[in-house]
Amino acid sequence: MTEQEDLEINDIASGSSLSKDAWIRLRKNRPALGGLIILTAFFAIALFTPWIAPYGYEVQDLNLGATGPSQDHWLGTDIFGRDLLTQIMYGGRISLSVGFLATIVALFIGVTWGSIAGFVGGRIDSVMMRLVDILYALPFMIFIILLMVVFGRNMLLLFLAIGAVEWLTMARIMRGQVQNLRQQEFVEAAVAIGLSRSVILVRHIIPNAIGPIIVYTTLTIPSVMLLEAFLSFLGLGIQPPETSWGLLIAYGAETMEEYPWLLLFPGFFLAVTLFSLNFLGDGLRDALDVRGAKD
Amino acid sequence: MIRFVVVRIFQALPVILAVITATFFLIRMAPGGPFDSEKAVMPEVKAALEAQYKLDRPILDQYFSYLADLGEGDFGPSFKYPGRSVNELIAAGMPVTAELGFYALIFAVIVGGLSGVIASLHPNTWRDHLPMTFAMIGICVPSFLLGPSLMLLFGVHLDWFPVSGWGDIPGDKVLPSITLGAAYAAYVSRLSRAGMLEVLSQDYIRTARAKGLSEWRVITQHALRGGLMPLVAFLGPAFAGLLSGSFVVETIFQVPGLGRFYVQAAFNRDYTMILGTTIFLSTLIVIFNLMSDVLAAWMNPRLRSELFNYD
Amino acid sequence: MQKINSNHLLKVDGLSVSFVTRNGIARAVEDISFTVDRGKTTAIIGESGSGKSVSCYSLLGLIPTPPGKIDSGSAIFDGQDLLRLSDERLRSIRGRRISMIFQDPMTCLNPFMTIGKQLAEPLICHQRLRRGQARDLSIELLREVGIREPEVTIDCFPHEFSGGMRQRVMIAMALINEPELLIADEPTTALDVTIQAQMLSLITELQNKRDLGVIFISHDLSVVSDFADDVIVMQKGRIVESGDRSSILGSPTHPYTKKLLSAIPRGGKAVSSVRGDDPLVQVKNLNTWFSSARYRTPIRAVSNVSFSILPGEVVGLVGESGSGKSTLGRSIVQLIKPTSGSVKFADLELTKLSNSSMKHQRRFMQIIFQDPFASLNPRMTVFDTLAEPMHLHKIVENKDVTSAVFKIMNDVGLTRSSVRKYPHEFSGGQRQRIAIGRALAVRPKFIVADEPVSALDVTIQSQVLTLIQELIDEYGLTMLFISHDLSVIRKISDRILIMHKGSIVEEGSSSKIFEHPENDYTRALIDAIPGRKLQVS
Repeated sequence: MTEQEDLEINDIASGSSLSKDAWIRLRKNRPALGGLIILTAFFAIALFTPWIAPYGYEVQDLNLGATGPSQDHWLGTDIFGRDLLTQIMYGGRISLSVGFLATIVALFIGVTWGSIAGFVGGRIDSVMMRLVDILYALPFMIFIILLMVVFGRNMLLLFLAIGAVEWLTMARIMRGQVQNLRQQEFVEAAVAIGLSRSVILVRHIIPNAIGPIIVYTTLTIPSVMLLEAFLSFLGLGIQPPETSWGLLIAYGAETMEEYPWLLLFPGFFLAVTLFSLNFLGDGLRDALDVRGAKD
Repeated sequence: MIRFVVVRIFQALPVILAVITATFFLIRMAPGGPFDSEKAVMPEVKAALEAQYKLDRPILDQYFSYLADLGEGDFGPSFKYPGRSVNELIAAGMPVTAELGFYALIFAVIVGGLSGVIASLHPNTWRDHLPMTFAMIGICVPSFLLGPSLMLLFGVHLDWFPVSGWGDIPGDKVLPSITLGAAYAAYVSRLSRAGMLEVLSQDYIRTARAKGLSEWRVITQHALRGGLMPLVAFLGPAFAGLLSGSFVVETIFQVPGLGRFYVQAAFNRDYTMILGTTIFLSTLIVIFNLMSDVLAAWMNPRLRSELFNYD
Repeated sequence: MQKINSNHLLKVDGLSVSFVTRNGIARAVEDISFTVDRGKTTAIIGESGSGKSVSCYSLLGLIPTPPGKIDSGSAIFDGQDLLRLSDERLRSIRGRRISMIFQDPMTCLNPFMTIGKQLAEPLICHQRLRRGQARDLSIELLREVGIREPEVTIDCFPHEFSGGMRQRVMIAMALINEPELLIADEPTTALDVTIQAQMLSLITELQNKRDLGVIFISHDLSVVSDFADDVIVMQKGRIVESGDRSSILGSPTHPYTKKLLSAIPRGGKAVSSVRGDDPLVQVKNLNTWFSSARYRTPIRAVSNVSFSILPGEVVGLVGESGSGKSTLGRSIVQLIKPTSGSVKFADLELTKLSNSSMKHQRRFMQIIFQDPFASLNPRMTVFDTLAEPMHLHKIVENKDVTSAVFKIMNDVGLTRSSVRKYPHEFSGGQRQRIAIGRALAVRPKFIVADEPVSALDVTIQSQVLTLIQELIDEYGLTMLFISHDLSVIRKISDRILIMHKGSIVEEGSSSKIFEHPENDYTRALIDAIPGRKLQVS
């Protein structure tokens, strides 16, 4: 190769890759972009909570009791005189980490399971997917409740239990993707070139399956957070002294007639987070042009 | 048709058996027996109680005798409500939960279906954006937040509806039903919008228009059936969701349904009750999934002829 | 409204249609005028995106508004301007006096409704007939369009019919109200050639019987060359030329019309490229069967096929959809494992090779696929796509890969500046050039070309075909060229194989096949080639 050609190839403007196009489309989608910004902010706050929270987590002022929003306590205090904003910030740490960690568990199991089933195919595939079908038919909420009752309420179990429920959809999607891609002519062309199976999987199949996975991951996080909040509300999830948004809502609901802000503020934060995740997920789905996602 | 259903039932049976077995042994693994938490029970009394509930026998023995009882439709006695059987408790709670679930489902299908179809007919106009915004709210505001909020607004401040109970005061069924149905209405709405949009872009809709059919006929005769297919497949899983969703709603509104019994049983370690309810609900859910599968297959002529004619 | 007296059944004047898109306003149709007469056929010819369908859909109010908008023009049908009628008045004409048939019969019938119900709908809707009457009429018409046992089949669902049968049902549905004008939008494009021939004669027969005016939309000049009275050629939303059939086909004036005419593949290969007598590829008693869950017996996609290809020879493989021709092509290069039989490549038995030695052999044999949209990895640039096989088989040294990629791009007619672009930034024809380039990147001896031009517009098709011919000479290729189109095959191959239901039914040089076909199926295929008059001229 001559030096001139080397220069030439570097001079040529690069084409527009699909992910670049998707990012441009996503940036035009205001709700999705808004969701992304809010989520980033919440994350940053959750990360730095111990340093930026207005009060200590344990600090209470029994004499003060429950007060509405004020200059000292922006979102008011609960019946023990604890600052609600501080509680929400610490609760957010738990709620967000449950959401993300359990989703990672689901992602890991689901993607592995689904891509093996889809790529290997044949009898192994049908046995693996039959198992998924069977598990799908089970009432998981009841089982999680059962698990929490039997083994006591601990966080690790909560991650695993929720992850174990949510991986099913992920596995189905991943398998569908892999199976679909495997039949594409460009994969056949890769076989015809003489590439090995692992290279085909890594270079040709997985990069093309990533779009839907990102979308579903984004949409799984809110349903996981909802599940955690649901369990905590019933008293079966996170328990004191730790707190989460679901637990705060549960306490708030008990005293909502007297102190409605104790219900409304944690509820607001939970709903806004779920909104942001859903909008971001929908936006990603449109931007990455993933068809027929959850609905 | 019959073969398809029979095959599916035979596939479902091992699932139900697995549920029974897993639940049974899981509960036995739990630390602490049902009578441990009671304050200072005399050892002899405890032994007598355990004998009464067959807890002194080997575990496999217990398992098979439980299976035998189940075979006769007997879920055994309740640990915590002496003298009452689990069957009685289920019989007391189930009608209430079923009624609540039914109203919620009706609410979800009517409100969600209508708004979804309307949205799909006017995509990217306010008639699309408005219901879809509400659907998003329905999905993001969970029942345990929506319930208390509705209570606060319509029960306490406006005083339109009673805030608790079931069938005691007129109107007390409204708020629980809406609370339970809201999230499903949202899902149904999104589902039917997506399904309708998909169908409306099909070639056969253009054919129908080219025939000179009125828009009303095009939609009702040609689009609705295909567009609402995903909805039918969703009904089975939705029912399962409604049942577990009713745990929260029944707790919030103090509805004496199965869900509330279940949560109480979970707290009280009422093993036979947990076991019985789990098995009962699982079976119900498996049956509903089966029915929704059969219905979806039956509605699709292609699947129907494959499944039902080639027996 | 003033009643305009005219002999024309339909007179379209100055029609312009535009669409609002993300990138501004797109003018789909600009200032077109044409007429259709009773009992006559007006053909509108154009490639994809030329506005031929939009112009007809807009007449009947079938384009969605917005984003579509009819900017100007008139369309006088029986004294009334279709473009200015109220929705309701237009609806009473649509399906009653003007009806349509569409391209893909597989998707144009409602899968949830019986044929009978769909057929009766226009009768009930426009003539207010009762169900029983409508049913009797439907049965009668189904028989007329050639559906056997219409009393029984009327209660079937569309999926129980083949593509050709569905198109017959579509035609029956369009004619059931005895319309005066029929708009046929590529009604035979999705069908096999023999079915296409049946369908064309059916339409002509029904037209003569009913004195029907027909607008026949097609991308293929040869299809309409046998029966159109008037031909309109459209390009980029404008009419570039129009006139009666003989003047358009005989003495075209516009360069685009000339280009379309010259794009029709005609004639055979001029010089044989065969070198040597030892076959490069030898297929013996090859069987490829697929097991299926629904049927007990396996599907015999390829059944006992034997033939050989000499070095430098181009062998054409012709067959209709489902004949097993693609499976055969894939079985030869071992993309599908054959059930039994032997495939020898330069005396090497491919069916017995281990996976790793087969991978090594792939360097010598490549495949080009039909669909240029599916055959390129959407996340790889042209450079990566072309360089990947070179790196794998170490065709050139690493430092020379860039220049080798440029050489191939040059050979397949792509500009250097597009080397960093992704597949979605190219048109269909350009993508097919990339796919061809990828196959050439390993400098193979043998290529299976599986319908490489079928998905392309006619003019692009002839360009790519010419390119393939040049590359065969330049690279000294041996090729199995698979197509459903006999004229394409005839143009490019030294020898032709005719495949039907998994077997080779006839084999021979192209002059032998065309001039002295022995097999009935071969004869049927040759008779079905549209526009034979054009081919001879």
